[in-house]
Amino acid sequence: MVEKLLMYLQYPFVQYALIVGVLIALCSALLGVILVLKRFSFIGDGLSHVAFGAMAIAAVLGISNNMLFVLPVTVICAILLLRTGNNTRIKGDAAIAMISVGALAIGYLLMHLFSTSSNVSGDVCSTLFGSTSILTLTPVEVWLTIGLSVVVLGVFIFYYNTILSVTFDESFAHGTGTKVSLYNLLIAVLIAVIIVIAMNLVGSLLISALVIFPALSAMRVFKSFKGVTVCSAFVSVFCALAGIIISIATSTPVGSTIVAINIFVFLIFYVVGLVKR
Amino acid sequence: MALIQCKNLTLGYDHKKLIEQLSFSVEQGDYLCIVGENGSGKTTLMKALLGLINPIKGSIIRGDGLKPKEIGYLPQQTIVQKDFPASVKEIVLTGCQGRMGLRPFYSKAEKQLAKDNMEKMDITDLANRCYRDLSGGQQQRVLLARALCATQKVLLLDEPVSGLDPKVTEEMYRLISQLNRRDNITVIMITHDIEAAVKYSSHILHIGDSTFFATNKEYQKTDFYKSFAEEKEGI
Ligand SMILES: Nc1ncnc2c1ncn2[C@@H]1O[C@H](COP(=O)(O)OP(=O)(O)O)[C@@H](O)[C@H]1O
Ligand SMILES: [Mg+2]
Repeated sequence: MVEKLLMYLQYPFVQYALIVGVLIALCSALLGVILVLKRFSFIGDGLSHVAFGAMAIAAVLGISNNMLFVLPVTVICAILLLRTGNNTRIKGDAAIAMISVGALAIGYLLMHLFSTSSNVSGDVCSTLFGSTSILTLTPVEVWLTIGLSVVVLGVFIFYYNTILSVTFDESFAHGTGTKVSLYNLLIAVLIAVIIVIAMNLVGSLLISALVIFPALSAMRVFKSFKGVTVCSAFVSVFCALAGIIISIATSTPVGSTIVAINIFVFLIFYVVGLVKR
Repeated sequence: MALIQCKNLTLGYDHKKLIEQLSFSVEQGDYLCIVGENGSGKTTLMKALLGLINPIKGSIIRGDGLKPKEIGYLPQQTIVQKDFPASVKEIVLTGCQGRMGLRPFYSKAEKQLAKDNMEKMDITDLANRCYRDLSGGQQQRVLLARALCATQKVLLLDEPVSGLDPKVTEEMYRLISQLNRRDNITVIMITHDIEAAVKYSSHILHIGDSTFFATNKEYQKTDFYKSFAEEKEGI
């Protein structure tokens, strides 16, 4: 068993998968803390469906490098959604649900009508639930992910204190001179970028899980923002590593395996939280 | 020159006007209470004073070299805050954000300032506790300490005692009164509690069907207050 794993670790595609998996897990966990606290848990879901719809459109239009289309569309939607959420919460919720369902339906419809592939439902399934594409990453994709992750991490660490202030109390932060709308914009862009990258890993349907589970687990147990943030990052990285290795060893689907482990860890933290209290 | 002066202020959202032609001024050391019905626009006025929303008409002039960042604010509590996983220390420190500019991390002086203000609000022993585990009164003290980190001059308080029991409410009022008298911090406070307004404030701004600004003494001579006091006697 161990020998088999060590053998797998020799392959570049496994190394790539692990690097990308860990980085995406790290970034989505950090942003997840903000989104869960801001009551935007569903934005991950909504945006991933938007990205799915955009991919379908890109395929129909025959755009060869679909990232160039999918990323801007998702970023714009993220900005619009986070903006509506600012003023009136209920409308923001409804907007997310509407865009989420709408993009999913239109995306599937387009793929069904225009796809040249003989296996439409197979294609859809792999976009939604994550394909084996994490095991077929090219060095360019790996470097792209590394670059974007470094940017996300850098921004998060540099603006950590401001992020805490704005997340806890937007009115106070705004009133004492923090440029709140700028930070909301920044967070919207970051989350869109992460979601588009993460689609390679777990597919659009399971991104929400990657965003919310580590944060929710950490919040069960830790009592400071720093504790929650750091713990959430560790939990997420651990689950991603374990998930990828298990899925390679037992040939289960990568995304679903990672989420299953996340659920398991959440249950453990939930119990620990109850005991501690 | 007045610390804050409002001239012919008209406030509202979209096409709905909430407050029209309001003029008043606040001097250093004043204790102004803003009273009025729910939905009459008290919070809106406070947001305008903070520069969070623009007046439809009229102007707000800051005097005495008061910078926008030097106003400490205690907003109405939001649901986001109720179960927020952050320690008391972390939250009080966010009060120093305004003075940081682009510097990402807190300096020694700012950490000391946070410590001093926690001392002042008597929450030093709660420093490492989680905000969501505190009682309502303790949470308000934390937010007050945070506001004090942002200002030496003016505190804007939006219903600081809502949801607190009578004993804690009284303590909170005394604490605010002490900041006003001992530290000479100007206080502008929204409250439903006309009795408390009359007891503690130097000036009262009444918002509603009839909007008027008066010193505490003048206010007690108005017909509105007399009918309020009579009703109170009746009970
Ligand atoms: N962002 C907003 N957009 C539109 N209307 C608002 C907004 N915020 C508050 N209002 C409306 O303005 C009125 C006054 O609100 P507010 O100033 O919060 O009253 P108060 O604090 O006196 O209870 C309410 O009717 C409220 O519905
Ligand atoms: Mg109000």
